[in-house]
Amino acid sequence: MRTKNTRVRTRLLGVLTIVCAAAMAMGSLAIVTPSPSVAQAPLDDDVWPGIRKELYAARPIAEDDGTLTLEAPVRADDAAVVPITMRVPASMAAQAKALTLVIEKNPMPVAATFTYGPAAGNGERMISTRVRIDMYSNVRAILETTDGKLHMVTKFVKAAGGCSAPALKDQEQALAELGKMKLRLHSQDQSPIVQEAQVMIRHPNYSGMQMNQLTGLYIPAKYVEAMEVKRGDEVVFTMSGGISLSENPNIRFTYAPGGDNEIVVTAKDTDGSVFTARHTPKGS
Amino acid sequence: MKHANSIEQSDCYSSSITRQTFLRLVLNGTATLSFAAAGLRFGIAEAMAQAPATVEANVIEVAHGVFVHQGRHGVYAPDNGGDICNTGFIIGDDAVAVVDTGGTALLGAALKARISTLTDRPVRYVINTHMHPDHVLGNAAFKADGCQFVGHEKLAPALLARAERYLAYNKAAVGEKAFAGTEIVLPTVGVADHHEIDLGGRTLALLARATAHTDNDLTVRDEKTGTLFTGDLIFSGHVPTLDGSIRGWLKLLAELEPAAAERIVPGHGPAAMNWPAASAPVKRYLEVVAAGVRAAIASGRTMRDAIETVGESERANWQLFDEFHRRNVSAAFAELEWE
Repeated sequence: MRTKNTRVRTRLLGVLTIVCAAAMAMGSLAIVTPSPSVAQAPLDDDVWPGIRKELYAARPIAEDDGTLTLEAPVRADDAAVVPITMRVPASMAAQAKALTLVIEKNPMPVAATFTYGPAAGNGERMISTRVRIDMYSNVRAILETTDGKLHMVTKFVKAAGGCSAPALKDQEQALAELGKMKLRLHSQDQSPIVQEAQVMIRHPNYSGMQMNQLTGLYIPAKYVEAMEVKRGDEVVFTMSGGISLSENPNIRFTYAPGGDNEIVVTAKDTDGSVFTARHTPKGS
Repeated sequence: MKHANSIEQSDCYSSSITRQTFLRLVLNGTATLSFAAAGLRFGIAEAMAQAPATVEANVIEVAHGVFVHQGRHGVYAPDNGGDICNTGFIIGDDAVAVVDTGGTALLGAALKARISTLTDRPVRYVINTHMHPDHVLGNAAFKADGCQFVGHEKLAPALLARAERYLAYNKAAVGEKAFAGTEIVLPTVGVADHHEIDLGGRTLALLARATAHTDNDLTVRDEKTGTLFTGDLIFSGHVPTLDGSIRGWLKLLAELEPAAAERIVPGHGPAAMNWPAASAPVKRYLEVVAAGVRAAIASGRTMRDAIETVGESERANWQLFDEFHRRNVSAAFAELEWE
C-alpha cells in the first residue's frame, strides 16, 4: 500500500483510507511484538526524503543540535495511544516559531504542527500529546526558528496498527460524549515563569482508515484539524492536526503566566464542529 | 502440538473444584481423553491439507455434561498454535452448545471432533463470550453446520472494526499452516440483554454485560449444574487484559460476586474455579491499577510516567505481565483521566 512517491501515497491514502486500519489485535491476544512481515517496513523503503521535500523543499535541516528534544517510547505499549513529548529549552524559547511532529511511516505523516504565539513564554516550551503509529517508524520533531532555520530530532518507535480507528474501546460512549472537553491546570502557582496545562477533547478522531473488511465500507475520516489555545487574548499556540493524533486528542503544554491566566481553547473538526473550553483561575 | 496431560492440568484446578468432581473426572476417564484431529472428517479440507494432522482438543468434564478445553497461557505463537484460551461445550438431550471456539479454524475443528466422540447430538449453537480472536476465530469450523452463532449485540460491530487486523496479525504470529481456513464468522444472534437457549433438559442463560473486559462481554450460565462461563471477565494465572473499561469491569465484578455459582469457567486459567473466590485476584489487580493511575493523575504525572511505575507490585502474581500490564495501565490512564 505504499509507494516510494510520497506525494502520491499521501494523497491516495488521505483521500481513500487504507490499510493503516484497525487496532492491534489485543486483549489476551495482543500481538505485542508484531511480526516483521506485517509491521516492519523494508529497510530500503526510506520515505523521509519524499516527506522532507514536500514539507521543506531543499531547506537545510540541522539534526540533533540541542535546540529541541523528543521523548518517545522505544516500543509502544498501545500503538493507538503513544505518548510523545517535545521540549524546546528556555535558551531557545524566544526564537521558537513552530514545531512539527512527523510519523514518517503513517499514511498521513504530519501528525501536527504547533505554531507558537506570544503567550508561549520564555521558559522551557513543552508540548506533550498522544499519537497513533501504524508501523515501525521514525518519529521526527522539527523546530522552525524565527531566523527561518530548521532543527530536527528523531526517535525510532516500534509500534504497529495504531492508525486504526477501532482503538475505541467503547464506541457508543465515545460518540455519545463527542465534543466534551476538559481543561486542567497543572501548576496553580503563578510565580514561576512557566505554567503548565492540559486540554482533552472527547473525539474519535476517525482516521478514515477503519476499513470494514466484510462490507468494504469505511468510516469516513473525521478528526480535530485545528486548535487554538489562548491565555486571555494572547495566543499560546495554534495547532493544525491530522489523523495521527490519537482518539480523544490530549495536549499538555507550557505557557507564560500573565493577566488573570484565563485559558481558552477552541478546536474545530473536519465536519466544522467547533468545541471550546475555558479555565478561569478561582478568585480572579 | 503438545498438550499437557489432563491429569496434570487437573493439579492446577483441583483446589478450585470439589474433591468429588475431581475424583469423578479421573475415575470416569474423561480427564485423560484426547483426540487426534478430526479435520479431515469435519470439514476445512483445505486447512487440513496443509496443516499438521495432530491438532487435539483435550477436554475435562467439569460438571455433568459440561466440558472444558484448557488453553495454555501465552500469545499466539507457532508453539501453541493459537491454543491460548479456554473453550467448552454443554451437551443437552437435544443439542450441543459450544462456548468459544479457540484461536484458529483448526482448533475449532478439533473441538468439534472431540464433541462428536462424546455425543451424537448436533451442535446447534456457537456462543462467543467476547470479540478477542483467541475465543472467536475457531467459529469457522462450525460455519457449514447451519448452527446459530450467538454473541453480545455489540460483538458484530466490534469484530467488523477489527477483522482485518485480527486476521493479519494472528496469522503472522501463529503461522500460515496453523491459521489455515480461519476467517471471521459473525454472530447471527445478537443479545441485547438476556437470552435463553434450551438444549433439551437443560437451559443456558446468556447475559449481555455492560462494558468491562471489552464492550461486548457475554456470560453463559448452565442452569442445570450452576456452571458459569465468565469468558475473560475472569483470568487466573494470565494477567487480566483491559480492552474495555476498568471502572466497568470492577463494577461488574462487584455485581457478579454475590451471584451463586457452583463453579465458573474462566477465559484463561483452570478449567473450573470456585466462585466467588476466583474473582478476588482479578479484582485486586484492577484495583491496584486503578488506584495507582488515579494517584498519578491527581498528582499531575504523565501517562508515560504512570506506565513505567503503576502496578509493579502485581508483577509476581501473574504470567504474561510484561506482555500486557503496561498496555493495561495506558488504557486505564486514558479512561480515568476523564473522571
